[in-house]
Amino acid sequence: MSTHKVQLKVNGAAHDVDVEARLLLVHLIRENLRLTGTHIGCDTTHCGACTVLLDGVPVKSCTVLAVQADGREVTTVEGLEKDGQLHPIQDGFMQEHGLQCGYCTPGMLITGAALLEKCPQPSELEIRQAISGNLCRCTGYVNIVKAVQHAAQAAAAAKQPAAAAR
Amino acid sequence: MIPPSFDYHAPRSIPDAVGLLGTLGDEAKILSGGQSLLPLMKLRFARPAHVIDIGRIPGLDYVKEEGGVLKIGALAREAALEASAVVREKYPILADTAAVIADPLVRNLATVCGNLAHGDPANDHPATMLALGAEVVATGPKGARTIPIAQFFTGLFSTALAADEILTEIRIPAPPAGSGGAYVKLERKVGDFATAGAAAFLVIKGGRIERAGIGLTAMGPVPVKASDAEKSLAGKAPDEAAFAEAGRLAAAATRPTADRRGAVDYKKEMARVLTVRALRKAAQRAGGK
Repeated sequence: MSTHKVQLKVNGAAHDVDVEARLLLVHLIRENLRLTGTHIGCDTTHCGACTVLLDGVPVKSCTVLAVQADGREVTTVEGLEKDGQLHPIQDGFMQEHGLQCGYCTPGMLITGAALLEKCPQPSELEIRQAISGNLCRCTGYVNIVKAVQHAAQAAAAAKQPAAAAR
Repeated sequence: MIPPSFDYHAPRSIPDAVGLLGTLGDEAKILSGGQSLLPLMKLRFARPAHVIDIGRIPGLDYVKEEGGVLKIGALAREAALEASAVVREKYPILADTAAVIADPLVRNLATVCGNLAHGDPANDHPATMLALGAEVVATGPKGARTIPIAQFFTGLFSTALAADEILTEIRIPAPPAGSGGAYVKLERKVGDFATAGAAAFLVIKGGRIERAGIGLTAMGPVPVKASDAEKSLAGKAPDEAAFAEAGRLAAAATRPTADRRGAVDYKKEMARVLTVRALRKAAQRAGGK
């Protein structure tokens, strides 16, 4: 059993932690750093409740070792809000009732935010494909898709006045 | 679930990784994307005393065509294969395959080489690589050697890699003019292993099939190369009669086991149907359609 010094940034804040090799990233986030917004669902790489961004890329943090995140940047659901302003994806979920029990929501928000970063105006098919690794046991996919669309439209509308002012 | 204890090593070069493998031997496992190994460790199906993470070794994440060969490096992710312009344009069979492996989040970490090195007959790339006639590069203490993919899978979860070798690259011959390939998979839901899967690659010249490659997923203890079906196609016109006969021969070459995905007879029938569908799509692509 080896222990390792891990330096990583989580939601912009630098952390220096000693971890056992077998510690999973999701446990580092939830237990060592007490960021419990990231959920553990299936624990078997299926459900996506534990999705976080690792250097900007959405991954299942139950299937990454904490030591693999050494020197890298992690964004959790707590990192989506900026200066008291909800991320458009969060607002979209609120406006379109994109959650019922809320268990899958942190993963859905992270996957949705990553999709909009890469593809600002996704089609419904692109949204459905992007969230295909995130399971909603309430089966609330219709509103989840609407919530992502809402976020995409809000982001596009926010750009419009700026363009007109030029 | 938390994996059993192990020692973690993060070498910075392939020779260092090979050196560690040489010292630690059977007690060690290579970690690349980790999307198969870590779940197995969490379920206690794998208990390596040492994990050698090759993820810190620079320069291994390439997908590039060089000298008439597509080269896929040890750390190329499935997502990179899906996004690669050269793959989409010239190797759509690989894009077909990557797009149906697990789910997009898993594909952001899972590696193409890992999909082969894991030796799981239910993985999707083995069938595709068999159809394409790929080679893999195994790097060990004495340097690199190439292994034809048809000789790579030696048993359930076992491969021709020696205990001190790492799969460092996949090499796929560039498809000649008039060729096409496709992979089709039947799965119960996104992210599931295949109930059945078929990969087909056809080289068509002057209206006749010059060469065919067919690989099957989840059809026995090792990925199946449907040699009789391949041979039956040679010299024939790429038509329904030829595809039907190839589908029949491909199904005859399978040895699936019954599980919750289906009974043996059902799976063999699906292998037949999917082989025909993959051949149709391959022929369409070969014709530029």
